[in-house]
Amino acid sequence: MTRVRIPPMLRAEVGGAREVEAQGETVGEVIEDLVERYPALRAQLYRDGDLGEFVNVYLGGEDVRTLEGLDTPVRDGSTLILLPAMAGGSPGVGRYEA
Amino acid sequence: MRPDPVAAPRIAPSVLDLIGSTPLVELRRLSPKPSVRLYAKLEGQNPTGSIKDRVAKAMIDAAEASGELEPGRRLLEPTSGNTGIALALVARLRGYPLTCVLPANVTEERRRLLRLYGAEIVESPAEEGSNGAVRLALELAAHDPSFYMPFQYGNEANPRAHYEGTGAEIATALDRVDVLVAGLGTGGTLMGAGARLRESFPDLVVAAAEPMPGDEVMGLRSLADGYVPPILDVAKLDRKLLVTNAESAAGVRLLLEREGIFGGVSSGGVVHAALRLAAELDEGAIVCILADGGWKYLSAGFWEADDVEREMGRSVWW
Repeated sequence: MTRVRIPPMLRAEVGGAREVEAQGETVGEVIEDLVERYPALRAQLYRDGDLGEFVNVYLGGEDVRTLEGLDTPVRDGSTLILLPAMAGGSPGVGRYEA
Repeated sequence: MRPDPVAAPRIAPSVLDLIGSTPLVELRRLSPKPSVRLYAKLEGQNPTGSIKDRVAKAMIDAAEASGELEPGRRLLEPTSGNTGIALALVARLRGYPLTCVLPANVTEERRRLLRLYGAEIVESPAEEGSNGAVRLALELAAHDPSFYMPFQYGNEANPRAHYEGTGAEIATALDRVDVLVAGLGTGGTLMGAGARLRESFPDLVVAAAEPMPGDEVMGLRSLADGYVPPILDVAKLDRKLLVTNAESAAGVRLLLEREGIFGGVSSGGVVHAALRLAAELDEGAIVCILADGGWKYLSAGFWEADDVEREMGRSVWW
């Protein structure tokens, strides 16, 4: 199984959980398993059959876009992190931001 | 042996002429193995203390050259951070009033610094975060044609400053660069310096260190509210590494303890990512862009905190 960390704006779709489990041998398979378990996630994550522009998926702390995308192999026991694309250096997202 | 006579110091006609040409220093005590050489570009040594001086000057120069910015106009930018302070310096010396739009919950420290540099502050609702500041700035610009908004996220002068400056300086200084590591914010440094260094070193790996936001700062309703800066082309990044606040804070301390360099939070994140990449190499040269110094973060609550992640989790740090 792969642990999938869910960002706050998607938690309502998974019953409020911060982290859920899904399975698959690639990032794409894990996400497909995830949206089968939680169908409300599909419209949020996909655009035209690929990950939406504002969806970032990290495996081992690295964006899968700079790995092999949805084809990136996933080892059992790893963690996927889902995050929204946010502009760093943004004005005011934090109290001390540069 | 007698030392060489001291060369006559170069006198700069203005502090704006001191922007760029920052020092490059080798980090021998941080390198995990002698065959992997680590270097740091100290952008905190720019006049207002950050890499954003390059961007602010380049954006104003470009707007003046194109005729978009001329005497009588005012500058407007949604920013509470380094870009605002850098723009305030350039605006003051070039004679333009600057208005910064920033959320009401920004620290007094930042507000004071902006005012001291001469910026006027307009507050946007705290709960709307960055999107609220951008929205208000766009509204103000639409209603008042005297405003000119450089908008660093979409301004090509931003990456160009790093192509012609940051990247060119590194390419001139080093015979070999295998990896460039910089913090991901607007994407300007990674796009511009990455493109210039790839011309000199075609096998270059361009690596982004990206802050992992805490739950409290992800104030978006859905993923559709996300934002990718127009100047950032993620396809041009070879690596994109997520760095936690705790890892960045540890990187700041390591940099200070081993090398005596006091970097800002993003510099700590860059060092953390660089060490991860260094561990993958048998040999090579890695250049880290350290965007600012740690001074502007001293009032933050994590320096003594036992639980850095909790203390830092309420903010995005770069």
